[in-house]
Amino acid sequence: MAHSGPASGLEPTAPGYLDVLESHAVFVMREVAAECQRPALLFSGGKDSAVLLRLAEKAFQPGPIPFPLLHVDTGHNFPETLEFRDLRVSQLGADLRVALVQDSIEQGRAEDPGPGQSRNRIQSVTLTDAISRGSFDACIGGARRDEDKARAKERILSVRDEHSRWQPDRQRPELWNLYHGRVGIGEHLRVFPLSDWTEIDVWRYIRREDMALPSIYYAHQRQVIQRDGMLLAVSEWVTPTPPEAAQWLSVRYRTVGDATLTGAVRSHAYTIEQVIAEIAESRVSERGATRGDDKFSESSMEDRKREGYF
Amino acid sequence: MVSAVAARRAGTDSTGVALLRLAAVGAVDDGKSTLIGRLLHDADQLTEDQLAALETANRVRGQSGVNLSFATDGLRAERERGVTIDVAYRYAVTPRRKLVIADCPGHLEYTGNMATGASTADLALVVVDISKGLREQTRRHTALALLFGVRHVLVAVNKMDLVDWNEGRFLAVAEQMQVLAGLLGNAQVQAVPISALHGDNVVERSGMAPWYRGPTLLEALEETPTSTVATEGAGGFRLPVQSVSTRSDGSVHIAGMLTGGQLRGGDAVVVLPEGRRTTVTSLATLSAPVPSALPPLSISVTLADGSRLTRGNLIAPAIDPPPVGRDQLTTVCWFAECPLEVGQRFLIKHTTKVTRGEVVAIESRLDMKSLRLTAAAQLRTNDIGVVRWRLADPIAADPYPHNRVTGSLIVIDPETNATMAAVMVGTPTLR
Repeated sequence: MAHSGPASGLEPTAPGYLDVLESHAVFVMREVAAECQRPALLFSGGKDSAVLLRLAEKAFQPGPIPFPLLHVDTGHNFPETLEFRDLRVSQLGADLRVALVQDSIEQGRAEDPGPGQSRNRIQSVTLTDAISRGSFDACIGGARRDEDKARAKERILSVRDEHSRWQPDRQRPELWNLYHGRVGIGEHLRVFPLSDWTEIDVWRYIRREDMALPSIYYAHQRQVIQRDGMLLAVSEWVTPTPPEAAQWLSVRYRTVGDATLTGAVRSHAYTIEQVIAEIAESRVSERGATRGDDKFSESSMEDRKREGYF
Repeated sequence: MVSAVAARRAGTDSTGVALLRLAAVGAVDDGKSTLIGRLLHDADQLTEDQLAALETANRVRGQSGVNLSFATDGLRAERERGVTIDVAYRYAVTPRRKLVIADCPGHLEYTGNMATGASTADLALVVVDISKGLREQTRRHTALALLFGVRHVLVAVNKMDLVDWNEGRFLAVAEQMQVLAGLLGNAQVQAVPISALHGDNVVERSGMAPWYRGPTLLEALEETPTSTVATEGAGGFRLPVQSVSTRSDGSVHIAGMLTGGQLRGGDAVVVLPEGRRTTVTSLATLSAPVPSALPPLSISVTLADGSRLTRGNLIAPAIDPPPVGRDQLTTVCWFAECPLEVGQRFLIKHTTKVTRGEVVAIESRLDMKSLRLTAAAQLRTNDIGVVRWRLADPIAADPYPHNRVTGSLIVIDPETNATMAAVMVGTPTLR
């Protein structure tokens, strides 16, 4: 593996590409920590945010991570993800703030889409309120440019207005590694240190760092139903309606989000090596396989980002 | 069993994969977006659902089949108007390279977005429609990429099928690009005859041009050396100080991203701008202590004398450090809507340091057509010119061609926080 050291001889070997991606992401986090007053790191327990947290840990070691973690919780969770979230928080002694979409609904800030319906879209309200309540001027997230064509256009430090809106026609030029963290009153930055990482880069990094993940990222037996071209886990929010029939399959998750619209994929990849081999072969994109939220239209991600979505 | 798909992608082993950043540029309608779509498609980087989404998008517009150019336009306004407004990043992973492709817009009004893509690129992929020849816009974009320091120019001479794969016309365009690159610095130029529409010489070798014996476009990209090795700088290592922390044992640790060259434990160094000399007592990557490190790694170091260090300092070799000064003669690429004039004051960011600067003189403006400097009193939106600054604090800056990290600055509007300009230390290298 292309680790940068310790070198056996006098001359170090050229850094491998994972080293380059890691060093850049850490550089971005350190710039934000230095230039912004109150950053926060979005941590859901999913694999991309787990990588982000690992990078934050390495960026500031042996000291603590100098900002709180923020989880926007839709209430539709996989229990394995929450367990993992809490385990990592206690290992790091981190300051976790949880913003509940349910609270936004009860306070009348957002409309409940109804039982079993996705809360993906209304979590933007909860996130915006949490940012405003915490006076955060930077929110560091694990979004990647390879996930969607609107994301592919966004800067690494992306300015959001007081309503959290992304305005693609008003993006700042972003030159060299000269990231500047200054924003106006009420504005904040969304920061994407993993912008140039792809799905396979994330998995190779997880392997290199020997990172733990929620068990649902690896193959397991699960009761699922086929709906809208996806395999949805049977849960308290998702139950079969005839003629749907629940069946037990060997599956794993490629992404983990709101449990009502994150699909599983059939898989027998029980180890990280098997997962990486599976992705190298895959003919379906990560979000195409697993995310109901991106299927609405050509511009669904752009529209949601304009509304404040991550 | 490794399938053909996995073999064309990186497979499972990342050993030997290097990161190559490229900026794709070209005039409107010369086929840049189609070429990127073709490259991703033929290198098995597009998935079935992405292809299906393209087919749906084209059917809505009354076109049949897959129009590969729609693989790259991301915003609704871009799809509606059929132009690229902002940089789109695309990725390809092959067994030898991770390619970060910045697909840059072609219109002059989006120069700031083009500069965003070019400033970090190792290579400019220039798409030329052979049936139209080398156009003014393409010349301008190539010149901009060269000013921003790309070391390699790969010319995709496109639509060769429209000129019956005429070798003479191909060689003429290749020669024109060679001459252009010769006027600005010393980048390597390579040209490949292709048809993006039909896929000739992009990933698959074409039988249409038996006279051409060079690499396909993907092979040329895979053979381009990346700047992640120590060759980036000409003046030895530079370590801009990002943060300074004191640990419980009293040791002072400096974090930053290394540039310019190799740093070794025991190296005699100088802390700039003060000029205090000391030595490196230890260094570590993000993973482990090491005897030495190469760019562009994020590292931490300790010094024999770690006192009075702050963010914004620069650590350089004691022999041959960069010059330090408040007066800087620079090349400015101006993006803001208001003109740049003498006497204006702005915030300036250089490496990890933010200071203030005043425009002392506008020496000249670069005519992008003749590539000659002409007298100017101001710089207007998207102009490039030579500007003299007086900064509030001294900075340790290298000439831009020597080091893109320590040789670059940005101008920030103190009122709106907008990024108004890209600034390169020194005057443009014109021949």
